[in-house]
Amino acid sequence: MASKQHQKTAIPFWRDERTLQLLGQAAFAAVVLFFAYILIQNMVNGLQRQGTTLGLTFLRGTAGFDIAEFSIEYSRSSTYLQAFLVGLLNTLQVSAIGILLSTILGVILGVARLSANVLVRGLAAAYLELMRNLSLLVFLIFWYLAVFLKLPRVAEAVIWPGQIHLTNRGVGLPWGLPTETFETYKLILLAGLVAAAIVAIVLYSIGKRTGKPPLTVLWTLLTFLAVAVVGWFALPAAPLTLDFPSVQGLNMAGGKVVTPEFMALLSGLVLYTAAFIGEVVRAGLQAVSKGQVEAARAIGLTGFQTLRLVVFPQAMRVIVPPLTSQYLNLTKNSSLAIAVGYPDMFYVSNTILNQSGRAVEMIALVMLTYLTFSLVTSAFMNWYNQRTQLVER
Amino acid sequence: MSKKLYSVFGLLIVAALLLAACGGAPAPSGDSSPAAGDTAAPSTGGDDAAPAPAAQTAAQGETLAAVVARGHLICGANNQVPGFGYVDADGNFSGVDVDYCRALAAAIFGDANAVEFRPVTAAERFTALQSGEIDILSRNTTWTLTRDTELGGNFTATTFYDGQGIMAPSAAGFTSLADLAGGSVCVQTGTTTEMNLADAFAAAGISYSPVVFEDADSTFAAYSEGRCDAVTTDKSGLVSRRSVLADPSAHVILDVTLSKEPLGPMVRHGDDQWYDIAQWVVFALIAAEEYGITSANVDQVRATNTDPQINRLLGNEGELGAKLGLDNDWAYNVIALAGNYGEIYDRNLGPDTPTHIPRGLNNLYTNGGILFAPPFN
Amino acid sequence: MSETVLPPLTERLTPLRWAYKNLFSTWYNALLTIGAGALIFWVLRGVLFWALDTAEWRVVVVNLRLLLLGQFPIAEVWRVWLGLALLALLVGNSLGIWGRKARGAGRVTIGLLVLLAALAIVTRDNPRLWLLGMAGLVGLGWYVGRSAGKAVERVVIAGWIIWPPVFILLLRGLSSASDVLPVVGTNLWGGLLLTLLLTIVGIVFSFPLGVLLALGRRSALPIVRWFSVAYIELIRGVPLITILFMAQLMLPLFLPAGMNIDRVLRAMVAITLFSAAYLAENVRGGLQAIPKGQYEAAYAMGLNGMQAMGLIILPQALRLVIPILVGQFIALFKDTALVSIVGLMDLVGIGKTVLAQPEFLGLQREVYAFISMLYWVLSYAMAYVSQRLEISLGVGER
Repeated sequence: MASKQHQKTAIPFWRDERTLQLLGQAAFAAVVLFFAYILIQNMVNGLQRQGTTLGLTFLRGTAGFDIAEFSIEYSRSSTYLQAFLVGLLNTLQVSAIGILLSTILGVILGVARLSANVLVRGLAAAYLELMRNLSLLVFLIFWYLAVFLKLPRVAEAVIWPGQIHLTNRGVGLPWGLPTETFETYKLILLAGLVAAAIVAIVLYSIGKRTGKPPLTVLWTLLTFLAVAVVGWFALPAAPLTLDFPSVQGLNMAGGKVVTPEFMALLSGLVLYTAAFIGEVVRAGLQAVSKGQVEAARAIGLTGFQTLRLVVFPQAMRVIVPPLTSQYLNLTKNSSLAIAVGYPDMFYVSNTILNQSGRAVEMIALVMLTYLTFSLVTSAFMNWYNQRTQLVER
Repeated sequence: MSKKLYSVFGLLIVAALLLAACGGAPAPSGDSSPAAGDTAAPSTGGDDAAPAPAAQTAAQGETLAAVVARGHLICGANNQVPGFGYVDADGNFSGVDVDYCRALAAAIFGDANAVEFRPVTAAERFTALQSGEIDILSRNTTWTLTRDTELGGNFTATTFYDGQGIMAPSAAGFTSLADLAGGSVCVQTGTTTEMNLADAFAAAGISYSPVVFEDADSTFAAYSEGRCDAVTTDKSGLVSRRSVLADPSAHVILDVTLSKEPLGPMVRHGDDQWYDIAQWVVFALIAAEEYGITSANVDQVRATNTDPQINRLLGNEGELGAKLGLDNDWAYNVIALAGNYGEIYDRNLGPDTPTHIPRGLNNLYTNGGILFAPPFN
Repeated sequence: MSETVLPPLTERLTPLRWAYKNLFSTWYNALLTIGAGALIFWVLRGVLFWALDTAEWRVVVVNLRLLLLGQFPIAEVWRVWLGLALLALLVGNSLGIWGRKARGAGRVTIGLLVLLAALAIVTRDNPRLWLLGMAGLVGLGWYVGRSAGKAVERVVIAGWIIWPPVFILLLRGLSSASDVLPVVGTNLWGGLLLTLLLTIVGIVFSFPLGVLLALGRRSALPIVRWFSVAYIELIRGVPLITILFMAQLMLPLFLPAGMNIDRVLRAMVAITLFSAAYLAENVRGGLQAIPKGQYEAAYAMGLNGMQAMGLIILPQALRLVIPILVGQFIALFKDTALVSIVGLMDLVGIGKTVLAQPEFLGLQREVYAFISMLYWVLSYAMAYVSQRLEISLGVGER
C-alpha cells in the first residue's frame, strides 16, 4: 500500500526510534491515565452528590443480619468486617474441600478415559461431554432445587448405617466430640508433624546424596500416622468420642450437620471441575510416550518403579500447570454460591453492600481478595515450573 | 487455506473496530479532548467538563420534561411477586405496583401503555433510581428513614400498608416466635426483612438458623420443600405466595408482626414537581374510590356530577392539572385507563384472583382502613 | 498436506469375542463392566421415568415464547425470524462452499434440515412457515454455494461479518417514529434471544480486543506491556460475577452525571472485557508457538514490524489456536447465564420469572432441565461444527 510514502516520511525519525517509542508510550500512558482520572473524578463527584465518601471505616459498623454458617464467632451484633471474614473462611473451606474431592474424581475419570473397558471408557467420555456443555450456574441451581431439596424432610429422615441422617435440612454425620484430653492430643499431633518433617528432610537429603530416591512421601506419612496412633492409645482417655446425630425438636442435633446449600455447591463444583481435571489427567498420562515406559522396563525397573520414577514425574510436568488453573477456576466459581444460598465471601459481601450501600468499597474488597488468591497461585506455579525444569536438566 | 482464514479474521477485526467506534460514541470525544482541549470548540471537551451538579439530584421539572420528550415513562418494577409485580405467560407485567406506573403514565400521556418496565433487583434498585436509569421505583419498597435520606430518594405515598409476617405449615402448630426455637427460617436477602428477622429473634432471645436466598422464588421453593420450618417476608407476599402453594390451607400466617412495612413508589431527590405528580396520582386513585368513581362510570360521572370536589378532580372545574404541570383531565385519564384504587386492588389482589389478600388496613378510612387522600383543592 | 490415510488393519472379531475382549477380559474388568452397566441402567431409568411420566412439561410449552424471546413484542417477532432466515441462508451457503472439502458437512446440512423440518412439524401457523422457509433457504444457499463455489466466497464472508450488526439493528429498530422498524427497547429482549445476543456481541468485540492485548503483552514497549499484563492478570484473577456487579452497580458512578448506559449494554461490556483477557492469553500462546525464524524471515524480506506481525506471525498464530478460541467462545456462551444474577432477563432470568407464575410454582425441575438442555445442545453443536471445521481446514496440522 503506502509503504513507500511511509518510508520516506519515516526516515528522518529512523535513527531515534527510541525517542519515537518513548513518545508513543508516553502518549499511551497519558491516554490511560486521563481516562482513569476522568472515571475516578466522576465517581468522586457522584459520591459527593450522594453525600458519601470512600473509606473502609464502615466495616466497623454493626452488621445486623445473621449468617447461616460460620466457623468463627458471629452474631447479628458483630461487625461488617467479621461478617466478611466469615464469608472468606466459607469460601476457603468450600474451595479446599472441593479441590481435594475434584482431584480424586478427576483422576478416576482421567484413568477411566484410558481404560481398556469400552463401557467404562464410554461412560467417562459421556460424562465429560455432559458436563462441559452445561452452564455451571444452571447446573448448580438445578442440583440444589431438584436434588438436595427433594431429599426427605427431617421428620422422615432416611437413616443409613452409622446414624447418617439424610434429609433436606442437610446430612447428619457422626462426628468427633473433644474430651478433656483433646488439648494434650493436639500437642502430640504437633510433635508428629515435626517428626514427619524431620524424616522428610533426612530422606530427601539421602536421596540427593545417593541418587536413589527413597519413598519419601510414604515414610513421612507413616511417621505422622504412627505418632498419632500411639498418642491416641497412650492417653488415659480417648481424646475424641463419637457423637451421633439425631432428630431433636425441629432440626437435627449432635454430630455434624452439613447443610444442603453447602453440599449442593460443593458437589456441583466437584462434579463440574472433575470433568475438566479428568481431561487434564488424561492429557498428562498420554503425554508420556510409550517409549519411556518400554525403556524403563528395559533397564530393569519394576512396574511400580516405572510409574513412580518415570511416568509420574513426566506426567506431572504436563498436568500441574493446567491443574492449578482448574483449582483457581473452582475457587472463583465458588462465587456462584449466591445462587444456592451458601454464604460465601461474595454472597456475604453482597449482603453487606445492600445493607450499607457501600458498593465501591465492597466490590473492590472482594476483587482484591480473589486477586490475592490468583497471585498466590501463580507464584506457586512459577516456583513449580522452575523446580521441575531444574530437575529435568 | 490460511490466507482465506486470515482475511476472515482481518475483516472481523475491522468490522468489530468499526462497530466499536460507532457503538461507543462518547469514547472518541474523550480521546480527542486532551489534544484539542484548549483550541477546539467547546462541543468536544464540553461533555466531560460539564459542571457536575447537573443531574442525579434532579433539577426542578427536569424529570417530567425528560419523560415527555422521551414519549414514555420508565418504571423500575419487580418481576417475581405475584399480585404486585410479575410477568405473565404472555410476557406482560401485572400487579398493583405495575398498575400504579400505568396510572402515572395515563396521568402524563393519557395513555396507560406509555410505560416501559425495567425489572430491577433488590440490590440495584436504588442505584438505578439515583443514576436516572428509571424515572420511578415502584417495586414493593419499604419506606425507611435511610432510604428517604442517604439513598437519595423520596417516598411519595404509601400504596400498600404491610407488615412482616411469618408463615409455617399448619400441621406444625406454631403460634409464636418461641415455638420456632432451634428451627430454620427461610428469608430473602437484600431487604429489610433479613434485618427485622435477626432483630426479632435477638430481642426474644431465641436461637434459630436463617437460610438466606437471593430471590423470592428460591426462598419459597425452599420453604415448600420443607428446607425451613417457616418463611418470612411481608404479609402481603406471604398471602400471595400461600395462595399458589400446593395446598394453601396447609399453611398458616402466624399472628406475629415483626415490623411495619409501608410500601410505595419512590422518586429521586430534588425534583419537587415530579414528586408531587407521583404523589397525587396515588391520592387521585384513593379519592376516586372514595367518591365511587370507577373506570366504568367515570364518563357518566364527569357528565352529570355536581359535587365541586369531584369536578375539580376530574378537571371540570379549576386548574389542578396545570399546577402539577399536567393536562387538566389527568385524573380523569388515570381513572378511565387504570381504574381507581379499589379496582386496581381487586384486579390484582381481589377475591377472584389466586393472590387474594383481604383489604384490612388498605381500605378507605370510611371502611375501617387507613387510606386517606388529602382534599383536591 | 495429508492425503487420505488408510486406517491400520484391525482384526475382525465376532460380537462375542469383541465383548469378551473389551468387557470381560479379566475379573476386575468384568466387575467394572457390571458396575458401569448398573450405573447407566439406574441413571437412564430414573431420567426417562421422570421425563416421560412425572414431569409436567406444560410449563415449558405455555411459556415457550417467553423462554425463547423474552418479552419481545409479538407484532415484531418477524424481525427475529428474518434475522434467523438470513443466518440460515449464510449457514447453507457456507456449508455448500466449504463443505466440499469437509467430511461431515453433508451430515451437518442434513441434520440441520431434519431439525428445521421437525420443528416445523411440531409448530403451527407463522413459526411453521418461517421454519419451512428457513429450511428452503438452507437448501438454496447450499445449492448456490456448491455450484458457484469460489465466485460467491467473498460475498459469504462479507455476509458473516455484517450479519451480527444487521441482526442487532433489526432487533433494535431504527427510531421510535419509524413505522417499519419501531425501536424495541433492550429491556424487552430476553430469553434465549438475549443469551445469544450477549454471546454474539461478546465474541465479536472481545476477539479484536483480545488480539490487541496479546500483542500488547508481547510488545517491546514496557508501558504498553505492563498495562496489558496488569489488565489481563486483574481480569483473570477475579470471577465474572464480580465484574458484572461492577458494571451494574459501579459503572453508573463512573460515568459523567446524566449519562446512562443501558443495562443490557453494560452486561455486554462486562462480558466483552472479561472474555478479552482470556482470549488474549490464548492468542499469546499461539504467538509464542511461532518459531523465531518466522520473524527473522519476515524481516529479511524487508517487512517492517507491523507488516511482519500482521502478515506473517498473527495469521499463523491465530490458526494454531482456533480450537482453543472456540472453546473460549463456548465458555463465554455458558457464562452469559450469570447475567441473571444481576437481574437481566436472559434464559435463566426469564426461567425465574416463569417460575413465579402462580399456576407453575414449584416446577423448578422442568424449567431448569429445559434450560440446561438448551445450553447443552447449543454448546455441543458449536463444539461439533468447530471440530468439523478444524478437520477440514487442517488446523493444528503442519
